[in-house]
Amino acid sequence: MAIEKKKGLKKAALSDLITYLGVTAVFVIMSLLQSRGMLSRSLSGQLVPICCYVVMAVSLNLTVGVLGELSLGHAGFMSVGAFSGIIAAMCLQGHIASNPVLLLVAMVVGAFFAAIVGLLVGLPVLRLRGDYLAIVTLAFGEIIKDLINCLLVGYDSRGLHFAFNFNGKQNVDSLNLAEDGIAIIKGAQGAAGTTKLATFTAGFILVILALVVVLNLMRSRSGRAIMALRDNRIAAESVGINVTKYKLMAFVTSAALAGAAGALFGLNYSSLQATKFNFDTSILVLVFVVLGGLGNMRGSIIAATVLTILPEALREFADYRMLVYAIVLILVMLATNSPRLKAMLNRAFSPIKRLFAGKGAEKEAAQ
Amino acid sequence: MKRIVSVVLAAMLLVCCLSACSSAPASTSNDSSAAPFKIGGIGPLTGDAAIYGQSVMNGAKIAVEEINAKGGVQLQFQEEDDVADGEKGVNAYNTLMDWGMQVLAGPVTTGSAIAVSTEAYNDRVFAITPSASSVDVIDGKDNMFQVCFTDPNQGVGAADYISTNMAGSKVAVIYRNDDAYSQGIRDTFVAEAAAKGLEVVYEGPFTKDTSTDFSVQLNGAQAAGADVIFLPIYYQPASVILNQANVMGYAPTFFGVDGMDGILTMKGFDTSLAEGVMLLTPFSADAADSRTQAFVKTYTERYGETPNQFAADGYDVIYTIAAALEAAGCTPDMSAADICEAMIKVMPTISVDGLTGQGMTWSASGEVSKAPMAVVIRDGVYVTP
Amino acid sequence: MKFLSDLISGISLGSVYAIIALGYTMVYGIAKMLNFAHGDVIMIGGYVSYCAMFYLGFPVWAAVLLAMLVCTVLGIVIEGLAYKPLRSAPSLAVLITAIGVSYFLQNSALLIWKADTKVYPSIVDGSLKLGQLTIPYVTLLTVAACVVIMIGLSIFTSKSKMGKAMRACSEDKGAAQLMGINVNRTISATFAIGSALAAIAGVLLCSSYYTLNPTTGSMPGIKAFTAAVFGGIGSIPGAFLGGILLGVIESIAKAYVPNLANAVVFAVLIVVLLVKPSGLLGKVVREKV
Repeated sequence: MAIEKKKGLKKAALSDLITYLGVTAVFVIMSLLQSRGMLSRSLSGQLVPICCYVVMAVSLNLTVGVLGELSLGHAGFMSVGAFSGIIAAMCLQGHIASNPVLLLVAMVVGAFFAAIVGLLVGLPVLRLRGDYLAIVTLAFGEIIKDLINCLLVGYDSRGLHFAFNFNGKQNVDSLNLAEDGIAIIKGAQGAAGTTKLATFTAGFILVILALVVVLNLMRSRSGRAIMALRDNRIAAESVGINVTKYKLMAFVTSAALAGAAGALFGLNYSSLQATKFNFDTSILVLVFVVLGGLGNMRGSIIAATVLTILPEALREFADYRMLVYAIVLILVMLATNSPRLKAMLNRAFSPIKRLFAGKGAEKEAAQ
Repeated sequence: MKRIVSVVLAAMLLVCCLSACSSAPASTSNDSSAAPFKIGGIGPLTGDAAIYGQSVMNGAKIAVEEINAKGGVQLQFQEEDDVADGEKGVNAYNTLMDWGMQVLAGPVTTGSAIAVSTEAYNDRVFAITPSASSVDVIDGKDNMFQVCFTDPNQGVGAADYISTNMAGSKVAVIYRNDDAYSQGIRDTFVAEAAAKGLEVVYEGPFTKDTSTDFSVQLNGAQAAGADVIFLPIYYQPASVILNQANVMGYAPTFFGVDGMDGILTMKGFDTSLAEGVMLLTPFSADAADSRTQAFVKTYTERYGETPNQFAADGYDVIYTIAAALEAAGCTPDMSAADICEAMIKVMPTISVDGLTGQGMTWSASGEVSKAPMAVVIRDGVYVTP
Repeated sequence: MKFLSDLISGISLGSVYAIIALGYTMVYGIAKMLNFAHGDVIMIGGYVSYCAMFYLGFPVWAAVLLAMLVCTVLGIVIEGLAYKPLRSAPSLAVLITAIGVSYFLQNSALLIWKADTKVYPSIVDGSLKLGQLTIPYVTLLTVAACVVIMIGLSIFTSKSKMGKAMRACSEDKGAAQLMGINVNRTISATFAIGSALAAIAGVLLCSSYYTLNPTTGSMPGIKAFTAAVFGGIGSIPGAFLGGILLGVIESIAKAYVPNLANAVVFAVLIVVLLVKPSGLLGKVVREKV
């Protein structure tokens, strides 16, 4: 029994190692290609957003796959992280000369505020079950979007100024900024003129960090408690696992990572509106998670990468692009989940599978 | 099974990467002979805002064909979809750069335009947007120009017009507060109205999520006794507002901005509802001049619908680019950066006669100078009041 | 006075939500899946009836029937091709497939009918005047249709053989199968009914608010889904109540906190769910230990 457990642990550790190595390998290859100018602009422009979506997918997988609660408002945390990160970066611009340090600070601030919001949302939400929980996360996501849409933030020599345009009568002028002031967030116009700080290296570090946090959490005592809650809440409760504590732990970690990803995302574009982080974005990330496999972090990484590149790679189809995307999505879901199709595919693939048994594993590792 | 899936996904990823890589070298090879200039267009071709992007691209394609048929400057046009989103806009921009774009006509919507303009500024690619009207689009970027009015321009124009011609009226504003365009015009309108002593009695914002029904806002405006309703919004929600006001039996004067153009040609719209509606627009599909008529005819034949202001903006953008290219003496074998510097120099000196304005000129900051035209709808056509 | 007008606007909006929510709740109750493509079936229903009236010159009733027919067939086809193979798959897989179907329908509509918004002719003109209040006839029609459908569905599920089979499937699919109920056919029938309802909802949504484009269905779809959960998902009277309440809250919020109308709607939803975790009229499921 003890030996078996040890073996299981070893296998998990090996699997994690493959994931880390794969991500690192892809990063090294992409960086090399980029520095040699061998990468198309279209692909190199997507490197940072891909990193953001990978972190989003990994963090949502913690909620959906590991904790087992469907969340439809994950984009809300990304939004909180993005805008608080932008505010931090724009305010400290004059005080911190080094861009990487500024970016780091922005990401920490983003993660911090997203974690606070995650805590505020998680406390009530996690008392609910199933689809009711899902709809409440959706509701929180929409509320966050509407609140940020009314937010006015400016910065001048006297400090940070906030105004909240809940009655529709305020605009940037109501911040009363001094001459040297800059408006950072302008309500519906969002953040414009943000300095672009995000880099692929920062994205890579964030991905690795997210993986370290999530994978270690999963393999830890707390992680096992969280998974026990997912598999059988009542049994877990009866052996003395504190439901609220562990649920919150997973939920807040997930929110914080999403916030860091949001900060990176926000600092990759010079303009960002609150409406970007709507229900569709939450769903997009959920698609990555489900397609990659619940609880399977490597799957999330691959799915987020493929599905971010796919619509761009389909540009040749012009008007039919999103139609093709929809068809691919449906077919992949059917191919991976329908028992009959699965059996058919298995039969069709079995000779190839035998042939590529070794190579398939390698390829997987490369991702 | 999971393994197979991840192998398939990984294979797809590989194919995606390869296709992206392989397309790159093809575009970098440029034969210098009689190759045309490569003009890229970015706008929403799918999603909620698809109508604006598609109209601009359709108008632009007509202009490209006309210019090529004339001889002289030859253009090649490529459109890319951005779903009116900054992230997708930058992706579209990068795809166009891979294609070898030399001049950018776009992006169509404000949020995407601000995000792309920073990229274009850093790469030194000349860009002129047909319809992204926020000041942030051109602010601080010497290579960004606009063919449309800026938002403040429209807000101030509307407030001035109402206070001069409809003095003493009570104004209500219904606007979309999660849209940069609408909120931007509302802000300047309200500020200018206060300066001119115009009384704004009611403001009814809505968001995309609450844009199904406008009867609450109309109730509010009616209860506040408004006799002019200012609508700094696009024509689709405006058509709903007109219909609902009609059912309520509420008949104030509606005043719109350039986004209102297109309402008369909406399929199924009862034009009698728009009787007496006033708007500031640079373009009118039933203008009598032969150029507009020829454009409307070609457009209707080809796309089966009457062009709106966006189509005219798209058409004008291409003519402006062609005029600037010619004036700057650019040749297609020049790099995008060289073309950019040359065009920045000539932009403040040229004057273009377009569908959306005669003798359009530009300031060095990128703003266009043309007079907004106030028109009123009578019997389903625009007339100057 | 203004409050009363706003209330009427709210009931009008709410009855549209309610009619969509009825379809959602039907499908959820029996198939236990969130059919995110429901809003897009509504949009297709709108387009079919529009084309029937505008291009084929059908009278209103024939256009509605045609839309119902097309949507029913569409619902059965979608169910057969996309959802049926996933009957034993985890519910999240089905959810993602439904999202794929939703994208597919939206983008097909974009290609077929183009992006420009069409003004949908109101199927009943005019309005009732009560003193200073005006109530559009189409609102009265929507409310009436909503009540009739709700009662019809309640009777159908409690009295008819097929309805009883549906309830049995909803309780326990395995047991239902053992009792000789064809579960697959019952679920297909549920989709057929849900889609026919979507067609009616499409016609009423479009003629209440005059507008039709490829994304017409998505926002009301999400709102109706919220309404269904609000009332207790799976419960037919709950969907009706939830829809009306959601519409009224939205309209009142628009009148008094215009910038945050949507946020207020969702905040009320959260509070209600925290107090009553399975919605207003939802069944409280006791956990077996």
